[in-house]
Amino acid sequence: MTILIFTAVVAIVSFVAGLLGSLTGLGGGVVLVPLLTIFFHVDIRYAIGASLVSVIATSSGAAAAYVKEGFSNIRIGMFLEIATTIGALLGAFLATRIPTSALAIIFGAVLLYSAFLSCKPRTEAQRNLPPDALATRLRLNGSFPDLEGPRHYNVQSVPTGFSLMFGAGALSGMLGIGSGAVKVLAMDQAMRIPFKVSTTTSNFMIGVTAAASAGVYLSRGYVDPGLAMPVMLGVLAGSLLGSRILVKAETKSLRLVFSVVILVLGLQMLYKGFWGNI
Amino acid sequence: MPAAKAPAPAPLPSPKWPEWNDRRMEVILGNLLRTGVLLSAAIVLWGACIYLFRHAHEVADYRIFKGEPSDFRTIPGVIRSVIGGHGRGWIQLGLLFLIATPIARVAFSIVGFALERDRMYVAFTLIVLAILLYSLLGSGLGI
Repeated sequence: MTILIFTAVVAIVSFVAGLLGSLTGLGGGVVLVPLLTIFFHVDIRYAIGASLVSVIATSSGAAAAYVKEGFSNIRIGMFLEIATTIGALLGAFLATRIPTSALAIIFGAVLLYSAFLSCKPRTEAQRNLPPDALATRLRLNGSFPDLEGPRHYNVQSVPTGFSLMFGAGALSGMLGIGSGAVKVLAMDQAMRIPFKVSTTTSNFMIGVTAAASAGVYLSRGYVDPGLAMPVMLGVLAGSLLGSRILVKAETKSLRLVFSVVILVLGLQMLYKGFWGNI
Repeated sequence: MPAAKAPAPAPLPSPKWPEWNDRRMEVILGNLLRTGVLLSAAIVLWGACIYLFRHAHEVADYRIFKGEPSDFRTIPGVIRSVIGGHGRGWIQLGLLFLIATPIARVAFSIVGFALERDRMYVAFTLIVLAILLYSLLGSGLGI
């Protein structure tokens, strides 16, 4: 394949991944690495480097659109970023040491988990939970605009959420993904943050988390300009378009299709990790 | 729900709104991030034009990991490469800008929290910034 055709095809695939990732809220990075390694025969380390860069672009590009809606909580974000950035730094160092087959297996497991999570019905966080002492001390509780005026929420289980976020950061740094699935687990399930608040806040955090490991990847030579260029531009364009049509689109069936894609890619990654040469 | 009945936009900040300062800060930071991303995308696109113009018909091969040459791995290397007019150097410069945008966001948040006289969050933000700077400088990017 010549560089011109390779660049064009990768840009189109990245555009679609960014668009679907943004519409379904599952992120585009999670499918990019398996697509690049399985169909374009790119070494997983180059794929991770390119994906990580595109994750920063998506997160920062969508931030302005999300902020306007008034859901994100900057304090929750900043506090949890302490955990995710330390995790990301550790993850990036681990990634340069463990064999690529192990990376593929971990990646496959994360994909299967993401597919499982996206099929599960969304549990809307309970209203009117009592305030938690630690969350109150850390000023994490907040409110967001609901149809009938501002709605207040009280954040729960801060230590559990913080530890899970460390894990999310480590996965993000190791695999070059936004690891939205683990972040949702921490913020929705453990900390009981309303869904809209947790998704928009996690989008804010993803860019900072990815920046913490990007330096390690760049200096280790994992970020190839020829590959990162079409991936970054494609994902950015796709996700910007996605965040514009997000409010209007009916995403239920789209989520189902996308989670089947993620499931298949996850199985492929596991197969490659265990029996293939990667 | 028909498209016309999309959820109403967030109400404008009012004295009753408890996080008015946080919200204004977020809007400023959101715009900062978008500007940074669009600037870096423009630089990457410029680099892509040079790169594709020169190398379009060569064979793309990423099967074997070789690691990037030092021109694409360190900040001084990238600057050398940009001065030399290399497309890939420009792309890496754009990517460096991209990595810098969330870091700039964290740095500006310190000012925002300081204006709100929130010492605890100034400290939290400083911790995050220190980790980010350690990652960038400690990894040998600056050499």
